[in-house]
Amino acid sequence: MKKQTEAIISVALIAALLAVLFILERTIPSTSMLFTVLKKGAIYALVAVSMNLLNGFTGLFSLGQAGFMLVGAYTYGVLTIPVDQRPNVYMYYDGGMIQFALHPIAAIIIAGIIAGIFAYLIGLPVLRLKSDYLAIATLGFAEIIRAVFQWDKLGPLTNGSNLLRNYPSYKSVLFYFIAAGVCIALIVMLINSTYGRAFKAIRDDEVAAEAMGINLAHHKRIAFVVSSFFAGISGALLAMYQTSIQASMFKSAMTYEILLIVVIGGIGSITGSCISSFLFIILSEWLLRFLDSELVIGGFKVPLLRSGFRKVVFSIIIMIIVLFFRQGIMGTKEFSVRRIFNRITGRSRKSSEGRNGR
Amino acid sequence: MDWLSKNLPYLMAGISVGGQYALIAIGYTMVYGILRLINFAHGDIFMVAGLVMVYASTVMPVYLAIPLVLVVTVVIGFLVERVAYKPLRTAPRMSVMISAIGVSYLLQNMALYVTGGLAQQYPALPWISDTITVFGVTTKRVTVITPPLVILLVAALVMLIQKTKIGMAMRAASKDFETSQLMGIKINSVISMTFIIGSFLAAVGSLLFFSNYTGVTPTVGAMPGLKAFVAAVFGGIGSIPGAVIGAFIIGISENIIKGLGWTTFSDAFTFALLIVVLIFKPTGLFGEAANDKV
Repeated sequence: MKKQTEAIISVALIAALLAVLFILERTIPSTSMLFTVLKKGAIYALVAVSMNLLNGFTGLFSLGQAGFMLVGAYTYGVLTIPVDQRPNVYMYYDGGMIQFALHPIAAIIIAGIIAGIFAYLIGLPVLRLKSDYLAIATLGFAEIIRAVFQWDKLGPLTNGSNLLRNYPSYKSVLFYFIAAGVCIALIVMLINSTYGRAFKAIRDDEVAAEAMGINLAHHKRIAFVVSSFFAGISGALLAMYQTSIQASMFKSAMTYEILLIVVIGGIGSITGSCISSFLFIILSEWLLRFLDSELVIGGFKVPLLRSGFRKVVFSIIIMIIVLFFRQGIMGTKEFSVRRIFNRITGRSRKSSEGRNGR
Repeated sequence: MDWLSKNLPYLMAGISVGGQYALIAIGYTMVYGILRLINFAHGDIFMVAGLVMVYASTVMPVYLAIPLVLVVTVVIGFLVERVAYKPLRTAPRMSVMISAIGVSYLLQNMALYVTGGLAQQYPALPWISDTITVFGVTTKRVTVITPPLVILLVAALVMLIQKTKIGMAMRAASKDFETSQLMGIKINSVISMTFIIGSFLAAVGSLLFFSNYTGVTPTVGAMPGLKAFVAAVFGGIGSIPGAVIGAFIIGISENIIKGLGWTTFSDAFTFALLIVVLIFKPTGLFGEAANDKV
């Protein structure tokens, strides 16, 4: 298959997806669970891919994602609340200290930049650490960020531990798909660039990578900052989706969920992360919902079913995947038009093995 | 003197909570010493011990509930190792750590299911929870009995490790995992024993901890767990006295910072300490020669 044809088919598929979403939005009432799931799925896909960039492609086991999402979400909220709403939202802090509001798109980009700046500063000490120590330190910093954002002395800026709300948000599911899609495409481009190859070299063998002339500190910092930049953007999108945010929801459990999404999709597979985040959200928010409500079949009350059971079943499924299907859905492979084409036409895998990164 | 009398409550709270961190930290440091695994689920085992006590005390008297808590916690610790870590013995370290995070997620969700998301009130234990006055400071008796109890348990543990056969096997396994296997040490029973001891001490720690902080929520184990891990790193991972001293230092510093009115940063201090230690003295206070930490 020619490269050009492949590109055309890919573009056509994306256009078809967007068209389907567009039609769905016109035909199904906007309160449908489908849109909730799709929006949240797109946001989680972005943050899962950004985590995969660190954990799967650079080999840095970082658990700070929730912290950077929090930075992004707060930046977005703080910068976009309309001026006339501020006295209402910042009721305990005399209307807050910021008295302007930016356009949502600008705020989203700034959210990413601020998260990136935080990541740069945190990365200075933290990126010297390796494997599990890095994990603990980033987890710790995420907790520190959460504590600091709730600090009442920062109240005029962050509204302390109170909700941020009344900021503008886009309702259309298309917006979330396009925003997440553009960001993921940027990450894919980074991974396929020289930087991406350097990241993979660092993941596979740090000593060898250094011997090949790769500046370890520099590349690790780039991976960390870029990953956090996109985590910040996904935080901003999450803030938009939820219409109100509070620092206390960005707990380490959130990072764990994102990590588990990455693991289920396959560590080192972008499309795997995307697929698994939609699966994760669809299962946990929608299909397994019935486990949370009591069910009576013919006078027999099914035992165990009550609020919270869904999450127990869900975590058991995750444990089974972690223990017995360690490769996840995709392993390190990517889903691409070329692979499917080759599968259908039965062409040998070898010819596309070296360049199936799309 | 004035400073002392003003800060004595914080100091005492610090020593007490430090002792409770110490009991958790031992579980981390022993497991890390042998498996090179941060057992992320350890803090949640501590939380489960608290929940078991909450439910046990509603159906039976306290003198039966306490042994039950210890037994149940040990069994859970043992099962977690057998089910979630043992199958991954030859897998990369990252997989085991992900499995540990999965277990932590599972335990928290189970706790959420059982409690229905509401904070459970920990029962007042007779004698331990009584209010007493020391040096003009009103506190619970648990504050005073924690440090001696910790020292007693640690002394017993050190004896176990230094003098008994299983202790020798543990030391060998933490020195060199593969060679000790070649020397005929049954590595699986050594690891199980490590988890049993760690869970037992976490259960004792939870009895003491929740007598002071009586709300048990599904995520209550996360923060003490992380702090205990930092204590273990600070003291030198693999070293039991190190973990204990590290835990006391963290507990005391944290409460002094709270006393100064910087409550927001008491958690931040712990992680700042972790980073400083790892950068300047990666082996910790009493750690053995450097391996691949930094």
